[in-house]
Amino acid sequence: MARGITNQRKAINTAAAWAVGLLIFFPILWTILTSFKTEAQAIADPPIFLGFNWTLENYATVLERSNYARFLWNSIFIAGGSTILGLIIAIPAAWSMAFVPSKRTKDILLWMLSTKMLPAVGVLYPIYLIFIKMGLLDSKIGLVVVLMLINLPIIIWMLYTYFKEIPGEILEAARMDGASLKEEILFVLTPMAIPGIASTLLLNFILAWNEAFWTLNLTAVNAAPLTAFIASYSSPEGLFFAKLSAASTMAIAPILILGWFSQKQLVRGLTFGAVK
Amino acid sequence: MATQHSRSAARIMMAPAVVLLLGWMLVPLIMTLMFSFKRYLPLRGGDLGWTGFDNYIRFVSSSAFWPAVSTTLIIVGAVLIITIVLGVLLALLLDQPMWGQGVVRILVIAPFFVMPTVSSLVWKNMFMDPTNGLFAHLWRFFGADPVAWLSEASVPSIIMIVSWQWLPFATLILLTAVQSLDSEQLEAAEMDGAPALSKFGYLILPHLSRAITIVVLIQTIFLLSIFAEIFVTTGGAFGSRTLTYLIFQRVLESQNVGLGSAGGVYAIILANIVAIFLMRIVGKNLDA
Amino acid sequence: MSIKKTILSATALTALAGALSAETITIATVNNGDMVRMQGYTDEFTKATGHEVEWVTLEENVLRQRVTTDITTKGGQFDIMTIGMYETPIWGANGWLVALDDLSEEYDADDILPAMSGGLSHDGTLYAAPFYGESSMIMYRTDLMEKAGLEMPVSPTWDFIREAAAGMTDRDADINGVCLRGKAGWGEGGAFITAMSNSFGARWFDENWQPTFDSPEWFNTVSFFKSLMDDYGPAGYATNGFNENLNLFQQGKCGMWIDATVAASFVTNPTDSTVADSVGFALAPNTGLGKNSNWLWAWALAIPAGTQKEAAAKEFIEWATSKDYIDLVAANEGWANVPPGARQSLYDNPNYQEVPFAQMTLDSILSADPNNPTVKPVPYVGVQFAAIPEFAGIASQVSQEFSAAYAGQQTVEEALEKAQAITSEEMEAAGY
Repeated sequence: MARGITNQRKAINTAAAWAVGLLIFFPILWTILTSFKTEAQAIADPPIFLGFNWTLENYATVLERSNYARFLWNSIFIAGGSTILGLIIAIPAAWSMAFVPSKRTKDILLWMLSTKMLPAVGVLYPIYLIFIKMGLLDSKIGLVVVLMLINLPIIIWMLYTYFKEIPGEILEAARMDGASLKEEILFVLTPMAIPGIASTLLLNFILAWNEAFWTLNLTAVNAAPLTAFIASYSSPEGLFFAKLSAASTMAIAPILILGWFSQKQLVRGLTFGAVK
Repeated sequence: MATQHSRSAARIMMAPAVVLLLGWMLVPLIMTLMFSFKRYLPLRGGDLGWTGFDNYIRFVSSSAFWPAVSTTLIIVGAVLIITIVLGVLLALLLDQPMWGQGVVRILVIAPFFVMPTVSSLVWKNMFMDPTNGLFAHLWRFFGADPVAWLSEASVPSIIMIVSWQWLPFATLILLTAVQSLDSEQLEAAEMDGAPALSKFGYLILPHLSRAITIVVLIQTIFLLSIFAEIFVTTGGAFGSRTLTYLIFQRVLESQNVGLGSAGGVYAIILANIVAIFLMRIVGKNLDA
Repeated sequence: MSIKKTILSATALTALAGALSAETITIATVNNGDMVRMQGYTDEFTKATGHEVEWVTLEENVLRQRVTTDITTKGGQFDIMTIGMYETPIWGANGWLVALDDLSEEYDADDILPAMSGGLSHDGTLYAAPFYGESSMIMYRTDLMEKAGLEMPVSPTWDFIREAAAGMTDRDADINGVCLRGKAGWGEGGAFITAMSNSFGARWFDENWQPTFDSPEWFNTVSFFKSLMDDYGPAGYATNGFNENLNLFQQGKCGMWIDATVAASFVTNPTDSTVADSVGFALAPNTGLGKNSNWLWAWALAIPAGTQKEAAAKEFIEWATSKDYIDLVAANEGWANVPPGARQSLYDNPNYQEVPFAQMTLDSILSADPNNPTVKPVPYVGVQFAAIPEFAGIASQVSQEFSAAYAGQQTVEEALEKAQAITSEEMEAAGY
């Protein structure tokens, strides 16, 4: 009897959750579907959901026109590089904030977050001029550094909240055993913090992948990532919904797949210390 | 317990992050401040000398300034409210036992992975286009006149697009918090026969307050500077011009870097006012 | 081992030496049909000269923002930039572009239409070579016109356009009498309304650089546009730009469309257009004051001063804007698809004269005069723009006010009042 009720409730939950989930996902689904249509089918009235002649023509056009592999590689390099560099700088900082807190720790954290509030477009000219001086325009290294700096406050904050949840007793026990500071970080803390580090890595990879102002304005050819790729497919002449959809799908597919494989990690890890 | 030794070690470990961020903040900030007191017109030869507070006065006295500030606040506020309300509901729903929970979660968080440029393009062309968009088809199917979303309801449309992008983020954080809710407490409440609403109000919501604080804080930082969503959809027309967009127009369209830099300084001030305001209201939740 | 290494490096050296004369040039360009087509022929250029080409293809607004930042800061990211008639004289005057005054004999620079070379020069020196040129004209559905019992004159008035739009509009069949650009942006709706205002006797600035949006001519222009479009235009026209209208027209949803002459090849192309065989052309309308409401524009290739690869860049420009390139495209894709509006020889070519829109395109281009664009005298050059650095910023804001009026969010009077205020403000800030 009780079981029956649970199953019934479960069915209602399932139906509701799936309906909402599909609704939220629909724009992406529609984009993917449209990418396999011809331009005429893409704007057909009434809209065609599945019963169209599936074609790969749009993908062929896009691949022929743009060096997709290079854009993709640049995106991976820039997002990956900035995330890893950010972690290298952030882990020690977050560690010391979490385990050797001082009166100013909270202020420092909030100040770090506040550096994200300078509107990017307001500093385009200063940054562009600096990049020219340093010869960093259209270089992947330059972008890695910029994106690392943009996301560093978030990285530090996330790591800080994870580290804080690690009970201090364990550290003390390790210290009693005579572990050095280095060993403490390497063998005690890091393994415990790995889930936190992993989800920090994921979130920042996503944020860096999707950053569309600096990646567009500081690049030309050699460092241009997928955000620049998509800028060549928005509003050209003529019908373009299907080609736009194909380009969009290609721009978001890698990160979408990554996200799907790691969603458990993200669901568990994105706490920002929200859980007490 | 912290020894002198570990304190100095801690300082050393924090140094790279602090120095880098200080540099990243100060160098552009100082340059922005410098430009903001200059007549700097790239198309007229660049630096044309100091002008005192001219740029600052001109930027605020422009008829576009206050509407831009209020549009910014409306968009940020509306997106926050929508994502948090829907996020709480979604988190509660996703926390329930169901079949295919993993897949549903994937569906719900997917928009977070989409670049703002792409999602704006998709919404603008494939959904909101008054002739060929899916909404127009839907409206016509029900015999209604299609709505020209981006002109007749530009700000709500942008709010909708941005909310769609950020709802997954809010849901994720709130879901983690919901999952950590003590199930014993919940069961106890259930035993007492507490009505669902009061259970929500007295038990769940207080528990989520910290997570909500974090969602508000992080989203505000990102939402204050949304740009691609406006650039792609309306170009700032129809009252959808935010402060960030106004600065963009001054710097890049009008090519008046001095004026735009003054705007940048105002934007920093606004961001800090919002931040202080947030800290006052929600800061207690955040004993970071 | 070491011998092998020596041989290897020797071969590498020879390869390097061979590559020295051949360079890789970076070209920033806009993502429209003709430019994308040109990218497709890059291999031909590489085969002929050995130079490789890297393309940075961007949407128009992003492109403008990108190349302007780079040229004003001397960033040196591009060896060739695709720019228009607005940018060229301003940049040329600032000394930011390489003068194109030493192009080869066989390139025949004198063949470039005077209207084009005039608009792409500063002080008589050519700074950008036109890839294609355009004006604007009326494209209309001959079948609908016939059904309405009307006949399109060669040079109609705006009153006739209104009458014809009334006759062709059929809301039940989803046919709008007229489709025009209402979209905000100085190159979109801003360009249209400015060109239209010329025919109504309005002007952006008087001889003393004072904005004149408080004049009756401007009021007549904007209110005529709004009432015409409210009555006979498509829903949501306030967000329609070139591309939206092109789609509408190709789907048979417009009776008339007044827009860029280059659109003629799209609407008469049977693979994309459902109305390809029933399109007629006429000069852009007027009000009898002596000016038609057509604009003049060119997408042109220019070399930023300071590039290391000037010679290779010039070679590319000579190739891409040559008569041979036109022949190349004609041979592969037909005469209707060649880049139009740049060269006199194209219009002297009997093959091209058979293209239905060729003559009207030429007539439209020839009837636009950037040095004398309005009925009353003006201090600026440019038909649908004023070639001063501040214009783009001002006009994009002004056109936003107009678009808001089209959408019914404010009255035409309010929009003009704000336009006047914005323009005065910005001109003052610029030191006029």
